[in-house]
Amino acid sequence: MNAMVEIQLIAAVTAAACAIPGVFLVLRKMALISDAISHSILPGIVIGFFITHDLASPWLIIFAAFSGIITVILVEMIQKTGLVKEDTAIGLVFPALFSIGVILIAKNANDVHLDVDAVLLGDLAFAPFDRLLIDGADYGPKGLWMISVILVITLLLLFAFYKELKISTFDIGLSSALGFSPVIMHYGLMSVASVTTVAAFDAVGAILVVALMIAPAATAYLLTTDLRKMLVLSVIIGVGSAIGGYWLARWLDASISGSITTVLGLLFLMIYLFAPSKGLIAVLLRQNRQRKEVSLLTFLLHLNNHDSIEERRVTHLQEHINWRKVRANSVLKLAKKNNMVTIENQVVSLTQKGLTFTEKALDYIITNEDEQIEDMKDDFFLFRG
Amino acid sequence: MEPNIAVAVDDLTVAYNYKPVLWDIDLSIPEGVLMAIVGPNGAGKSTLIKAILGIIDPIAGSVAIYGKPYKKQRDKVAYVPQKGSVDWDFPTTALDVVMMGTYGALGWIKRPGASQKKQALEALEKVGMLAFKNRQISQLSGGQQQRVFLARALVQNAAIYFMDEPFQGVDATTEIAIINILKELRKAGKTVIVVHHDLQTVPEYFDWVTFLNVKHIATGPVKDIFNDDNLTKTYGINYKVAVQQ
Repeated sequence: MNAMVEIQLIAAVTAAACAIPGVFLVLRKMALISDAISHSILPGIVIGFFITHDLASPWLIIFAAFSGIITVILVEMIQKTGLVKEDTAIGLVFPALFSIGVILIAKNANDVHLDVDAVLLGDLAFAPFDRLLIDGADYGPKGLWMISVILVITLLLLFAFYKELKISTFDIGLSSALGFSPVIMHYGLMSVASVTTVAAFDAVGAILVVALMIAPAATAYLLTTDLRKMLVLSVIIGVGSAIGGYWLARWLDASISGSITTVLGLLFLMIYLFAPSKGLIAVLLRQNRQRKEVSLLTFLLHLNNHDSIEERRVTHLQEHINWRKVRANSVLKLAKKNNMVTIENQVVSLTQKGLTFTEKALDYIITNEDEQIEDMKDDFFLFRG
Repeated sequence: MEPNIAVAVDDLTVAYNYKPVLWDIDLSIPEGVLMAIVGPNGAGKSTLIKAILGIIDPIAGSVAIYGKPYKKQRDKVAYVPQKGSVDWDFPTTALDVVMMGTYGALGWIKRPGASQKKQALEALEKVGMLAFKNRQISQLSGGQQQRVFLARALVQNAAIYFMDEPFQGVDATTEIAIINILKELRKAGKTVIVVHHDLQTVPEYFDWVTFLNVKHIATGPVKDIFNDDNLTKTYGINYKVAVQQ
């Protein structure tokens, strides 16, 4: 394997490992806590490094994960006092722990390969230099092994506890009543997030690891309404962005981690705009159609209520029903297209189909019974939720 | 013969930040009743249910479900939380939410399979929601969401059902559908305990009632204890006089 492939592999595996806990953090509305963890594991890494003098030692991960958990506990303790809200508590805890890490590095680690830049931004380009050597044989970069092991553990935990994670995320009360301790699931997830953050740290740094956790999940959330698909999509988006980001970095001759994050951000923006049902454009189009359909219904109800020819003249309708947002003509067109009205000599009449539609809609307005409009939901946004 | 006691609450006190929300509650609920828990806002009605189900820890007292601690009797109890307590934008379907009711019987790690799916579909049919099984839960109306929650409790196939304001934000049709299902449960010998807000419907819907306002005021058959005296004790005003004004 050459260095190019190895870097891409490390980036891809890191992205996959981050995306999985990221999905649950996003669904639990805890995206910010991943930011907190990614910063406050620094003192754990530094202390671990002082003890082992090896940046790739598993002990570093254990120390760092431990400080991640301490972060979560501290945030909860401060929040429980009731004096400040959760976001404030997070804002208080992680800078404090991070600054301890920064001071420890500055005081003691000037002569070693552990500087603040590397901590913040990662060193993906150098990751292939640190090899796993056993009896002189080269088994590839240590970083790749570390993050792969974590990905495998994360996947195993996900498969084993998928149901428990789902229920404790969706309905904490029922989860607790059924005996699936939400506290255990919470700290389990936090431990996985902490461990993954530490391992990803080397590759992408403290700031960008947050993007790898949150952006794929946030993007996938816009694309699906199924948790399994959301998990799969997050992984695909993360891995795709990691590899895309690598090539972008080569092309721009820029930082790999920065490029990966840029790709993630751009991808989110595209999906945010163009996602089929939750995307901004889809929402605007839907609102526009809904507005038109409300006008159509108003129009049909008016026709239904008024028999006289005077009341049904096209010119009268345009004046009488005072539409501001939708042009009277577009509503007329919509009604004609659906064969709900006919126009003869500038007089509008309801067709049989128009009449049935109007009566059904009236029935629904009066009774509010959903069953009545089930078949109308396919054609009209107006009646969907 | 004395009826079995389904739920026995003994000297229960619950506090949030050292402020008691429930104070020294003694309560015993016989098997087979359909009971409303009524009381003003902040009376601790939801808290009482949560404390019985071990969701929050009391600072004193104990709870027994058929004579044993709740932890040993989880399979006998179903719970419908308040609709507002979950995120309805969660990426999941109506069927999947109902399947969650089977998780308790499955235990840790085991996955739901075909038989759990069958139970869930049957429950959806019972609440008239089968046509919506694959719909994402945010696309359901408030009444439909409440029916899904009820179906989820039905698949738990329990002996005791706790429901936290199942009529909140539902239309009249759904309210009637829900109460009919609750009455069916009682006919089948189940015990149903409902946190309820609408005093007008208590005599019509329920056969037992508990008055609660931080302290336990009264529990008994509606026909015996649903009276001015207890309403005044619970709500601090003469309820009927206040309504007339």
